[in-house]
Amino acid sequence: MDGMKRVPIKEQNPKVRAANFEEVCLGYSEEEAVEEAKRCLQCKKPFCVQGCPVSIDIPAFIKKITERDFKGAAEVIAQSSALPAVCGRVCPQESQCEGKCVRGIKGEPVSIGKLERFVADWSRENGFVPAAPETTNGRKVAVIGSGPAGLTCAGDLAKMGYEVTIFEALHEPGGVLTYGIPEFRLPKSTVVRTEIENVKKLGVKIETNVIIGKSVTIDELMEEEGFEAVFIGSGAGLPKFMGIPGENANGVFSANEYLTRNNLMKAFRDDYDTPIAAGRKVAVVGGGNVAMDAARTALRLGAEVHVVYRRSEAELPARVEEVHHAKEEGVIFNLLTNPVEILTDENDWVTGMVVRKMELGEPDSSGRRRPVEIAGSDYTIEVDTVIMSLGTSPNPLISSTTRGLEINKRKCIVAQEDNGQTTKAGVFAGGDAVTGAATVILAMEAGKAGAKGIDEYLRNKQ
Amino acid sequence: MYQIRKAQQLADKIYLMEVEAPRVARSCQPGEFVIVKIDEAGERIPLTICDYNRENGTVTIVFQIVGASTYRMAALKAGDAFQDFVGPLGRPSEFITDPEEEVKKRKYLFVAGGVGAAPVYPQVKWMHAHGIDVDVIVGSKNKDLLILEKEMEAAAGNLYVTTDDGSYGRKGMVTAVIEDLVKNEGKSYDVCVAIGPMIMMKFVCKLTKELNIPTIVSLNPIMVDGTGMCGACRVTVGDEVKFACVDGPEFDGHLVDFDQAMKRQQMYKTKEGRDMLKVQEGATHHGGCGHCGGDN
Repeated sequence: MDGMKRVPIKEQNPKVRAANFEEVCLGYSEEEAVEEAKRCLQCKKPFCVQGCPVSIDIPAFIKKITERDFKGAAEVIAQSSALPAVCGRVCPQESQCEGKCVRGIKGEPVSIGKLERFVADWSRENGFVPAAPETTNGRKVAVIGSGPAGLTCAGDLAKMGYEVTIFEALHEPGGVLTYGIPEFRLPKSTVVRTEIENVKKLGVKIETNVIIGKSVTIDELMEEEGFEAVFIGSGAGLPKFMGIPGENANGVFSANEYLTRNNLMKAFRDDYDTPIAAGRKVAVVGGGNVAMDAARTALRLGAEVHVVYRRSEAELPARVEEVHHAKEEGVIFNLLTNPVEILTDENDWVTGMVVRKMELGEPDSSGRRRPVEIAGSDYTIEVDTVIMSLGTSPNPLISSTTRGLEINKRKCIVAQEDNGQTTKAGVFAGGDAVTGAATVILAMEAGKAGAKGIDEYLRNKQ
Repeated sequence: MYQIRKAQQLADKIYLMEVEAPRVARSCQPGEFVIVKIDEAGERIPLTICDYNRENGTVTIVFQIVGASTYRMAALKAGDAFQDFVGPLGRPSEFITDPEEEVKKRKYLFVAGGVGAAPVYPQVKWMHAHGIDVDVIVGSKNKDLLILEKEMEAAAGNLYVTTDDGSYGRKGMVTAVIEDLVKNEGKSYDVCVAIGPMIMMKFVCKLTKELNIPTIVSLNPIMVDGTGMCGACRVTVGDEVKFACVDGPEFDGHLVDFDQAMKRQQMYKTKEGRDMLKVQEGATHHGGCGHCGGDN
């Protein structure tokens, strides 16, 4: 065995998986996991831990794997993370823990993400559940939103003994893990549901179908329902559109809508009522992870799929692994291309999209080379569906109904990074609602910080 | 689970249900809506709130069978339950947040078409409770499809009922009644609130624009989450694209692009589906406004 290389991971054949919603990556077997774990050098000063937003003791859990003490490995991870099966699948490890791995200097870094996933899957299959606290301290905390930030915050607070209730606007908990990330990257009934159940087993209550700011306000929760502190993890908000002609035509969707219909409402299954106009020839506009998810979903619903992105491949914000998977499955990339207009028929259905070729100019404020239009380069691509994946802008529902809660220029909630404290006493916030759309693990980091901040606040208040 | 206290068929394919939903009942206002979901496999169905009782913790909804989920909902009885019932969503009607003295100075005309009577009712009831007499026009295709007449009668200052076929009340469309009231009976209005099938609202707005009466309409476009997340419900109002779920559902009717909104409503109706519905539902294909030829 070449120590420079990782133990390869099994994946579904691209041709086969392009037509189903089963998970792409099949995970390590016990033998493979142990072998990969042995590649860890057990650094005295582990850089990988520094690279992990929630500071999992990575060498410690990997060592337990080499000892075949998988339960012990799960216990190490549980000290820092409530969602290991999710993180092992969707974290951008290449720029976090694995990006810092010493093994990566000369060879391939240890597959930390795949090992985390292995431990989490082993726990689920063997019924290992993290222990709940024996008594609570009787103090109530409300968490708004059951996505990665909210679940993490709630789990940490429950472990400290607080009585936590999560309020979720949708009918199903999980936030982006449920409505956004597709089944083939993150299986719902097994992985997501189990991790949510584990948080509930810590004593956390989840009340679905409650829209904070409408059904009940934060002020009412604190003044009338006895919650001493509140954590807002309400997520990214409203989808952006380009503002080009034809954008309200039938067959133009936000990625949020396309993914929600499919993931939350399960439109891809015949036994569910919600329909989806899947499209035969689909253009996905944008280059982030959400764009990749939408493109690969459309592909699985039977469409020919084009990703239309205005910069070049090097600037694609999506994870390299997602782009690689999308290409393997047959998604076509129309790079350095920008939509100008959406064409429609007499019934307002999409028939095509006029696009313009771009070239890269000088770097802009983000440090990426700015796309510049090439005059006279317009041409039409024939599509019947356009999915806009351009990011989001904050939802004003909570900020506009909570006294004393400040928002910034971008309309995100103002909160301190280290403890989530907002401008309103007792109210903390974190995740996309504060930063704008980011990643699952960064939301979890903010959830953790919020839990710590709330604990400190309530201890001092006593 | 959200238990159904009362279930009643109001007319062919139109049902009323009183549902236990204490959080919604405590905070909802006229103009807002809820989303209901019958069970795991059901669609999220947006429905305007028809009535509410804060003490009993109940909310009344009225719906019409239009697809698979509403078809299954129609079979529910008192004692059954919805798996999900969330709200209130959207913004309350303008007069709820406007200063009451201002509202009391205005002369209101409410126009309801078909099942549109359901969302109009709580607004009229609110006016009545605040001592404001309003004129109400209720239109339906025929006598059998007329709903909430008694309730409306009790809350309205003047009630004008009209049916397309003349089987009850006046004969003709709601627009004819508006014209009659303004041109022949010398009435004048400061605000018109029109809620019903999209095509009815379009024609009411066309008329009230000529008559110079500011008009508010309530839109019910396709929605998924109802909280602003999906953008399926976008409508063009003036020069802007709005999300009906968070910016509406009520808008300035004179600025709404109804043609686009109507086309967007057709998104999930395939030609085959439309044909099938036409056969199944015949003349009662919609609430009965008389304008759309049974294909709303």
